Amino acid sequence: MADSISLNLISGRTIQQGVAMEGGKEKPAYTDACGIIEIDPADFKRLGVYRNTNVRVTSDHGTVVVKAIEATQGPHPGLAYIPMGPWANAVVNPNTYGMGMPTFKGTPIQVSIATNEPVLSSVKLVQKLVKE
Amino acid sequence: MAKTVTDVICPFCGTLCDDLEVQVSDDGTKILEVYNACAIGAEKFLHSQAKDRITRPRMQQEDGSYKEVSYDDAIEYTAQMLANAKKPLMYGWSSTSCEAQSVGHEIAETVGGVVDNTATVCHGSSLIAIQDVGIPSCTLGEIKNRADVVVFWGCNPSHAHPRHLSRYSIFPRGFFTGKGHKGRKMIVVDPRNTDTMKMADIGLQLEQGRDYELLSALRVAFRGEDLPDVVAGISKERIFEAAEVLKNARFGVIFFGMGVTQTLGKNHNIDEAIMVTKDLNEFTKFSIIAMRGHYNVTGSGAVLGWQFGFPFATDLSRGFARYNPGETTSNDLLRRDEVDAVFVLGSDPGAHFPISSVRKIARLPSVAVDPHITPTTEISKLHVPVAFVGVEVGGCCYRMDNGPSESRKVVEPPEGMMTDAEFLSRVRDRVGELKGKAPVGSPSTAQVQGA
Repeated sequence: MADSISLNLISGRTIQQGVAMEGGKEKPAYTDACGIIEIDPADFKRLGVYRNTNVRVTSDHGTVVVKAIEATQGPHPGLAYIPMGPWANAVVNPNTYGMGMPTFKGTPIQVSIATNEPVLSSVKLVQKLVKE
Repeated sequence: MAKTVTDVICPFCGTLCDDLEVQVSDDGTKILEVYNACAIGAEKFLHSQAKDRITRPRMQQEDGSYKEVSYDDAIEYTAQMLANAKKPLMYGWSSTSCEAQSVGHEIAETVGGVVDNTATVCHGSSLIAIQDVGIPSCTLGEIKNRADVVVFWGCNPSHAHPRHLSRYSIFPRGFFTGKGHKGRKMIVVDPRNTDTMKMADIGLQLEQGRDYELLSALRVAFRGEDLPDVVAGISKERIFEAAEVLKNARFGVIFFGMGVTQTLGKNHNIDEAIMVTKDLNEFTKFSIIAMRGHYNVTGSGAVLGWQFGFPFATDLSRGFARYNPGETTSNDLLRRDEVDAVFVLGSDPGAHFPISSVRKIARLPSVAVDPHITPTTEISKLHVPVAFVGVEVGGCCYRMDNGPSESRKVVEPPEGMMTDAEFLSRVRDRVGELKGKAPVGSPSTAQVQGA
């Protein structure tokens, strides 16, 4: 069991993300669909935490609290997945390296336990982060 | 008694399914049921009926709350913001009709703005690669009728384009593909064992970010040269096996998505994927198609293309069109503080741009035109709700294979609500007045409203 573990973060679409997005990004269903991080069972063991625990994800570019769930499309040890949305975008690498596209996939992250910290809704999260 | 509207086009993803049936109430104001659509498409139609929908523009107050204003006030604010800005960014355009995009481009030309669409965070890399090396492509109909080897590289259509497999690529029985999926070989390449990969004949779960290496290894394998034992986490036996399947196709296609465009290497990954396609054409017939996301992002590229010559990131601030990805792309402009106002239509950068770019939008004069409440509308100075294109107003849109379709109006928008094209036409006319010139050769507001 470690205080935090290092993982490689990618993001992308899921069907739950698509349905919740069209249903309204201000609604709780969107937070349930995208305010999560999918982690491999092996990495859950390394972190020493139960499924569905809130965790803090930190990269060189930001930090965000999301709920850790078991990988739905795994196994992918070492790799973590946050569905595309403001939670993923709080920590992804924004560098375009001179060609226009931020580096949305392949951001090194640290994941630590944050049982008592809440997962903010999309609107609250973005409104809070833009003030920082 | 309800009536059914048939052959409705789904305005969600680039697959642009055109076989939806929507049941509407007799007075044409309510959608009762949606048939044939995927879960996401159905939700899009049904959400337009939400009781808590915003129907009038809202202006941000000093305390951060929002106050309702009239469409006239919203048009005046938007026109003043754009006319007074030195270099406004006009971003989005992928969830609206080609007609509305064209009016938006007129405004950008008048005020000297930068027009960029969602390709900038999606298939912009692909567009750069296509300009570098060309693209051997085909339509989705050809794939349905001919393809017997189908590759999904860095894309997960089971989740992002839910009806792609059943309408075009894997399951349908076409003219030369009478056995449907039984006659097709499916290869999936992804760093995760995705739901699409679980259906594949050959699933290559590569190390994340090693797409370029694996594509290059395939090109080596096609030539029968030797490979290292493992490339990108895949054994050389598996690579040779996949190469044989690809070479022996009668008609093959590679679909690719964000897994390659957003991973380091970006446009160079696509260069290499296109070169794999080119190599395969020495053995058989092979095509490659980008899995476009928004239903009309392809249309935005097409309209920008025929009007200015570039598919995205088009800078009109010098009075002529310039295009330089890395400089005139939204995220670079925002991060470098090179724009002084932001106009967003038919997209949600608040949710889908890195937060460092969103922070810049929040600090600038900003207008978001969107039927939904989104993180973008909730940090913009003005939110203008509009009718849903493809649900409450028709218009032209382009499928991922560059084929145009005319989307249909199935239901009336809430009373007094403007469409994208109407709002943009009013802003264009007002901007023309402010800048002291009437746009030449453009249809008047009355014509657009009547269309």
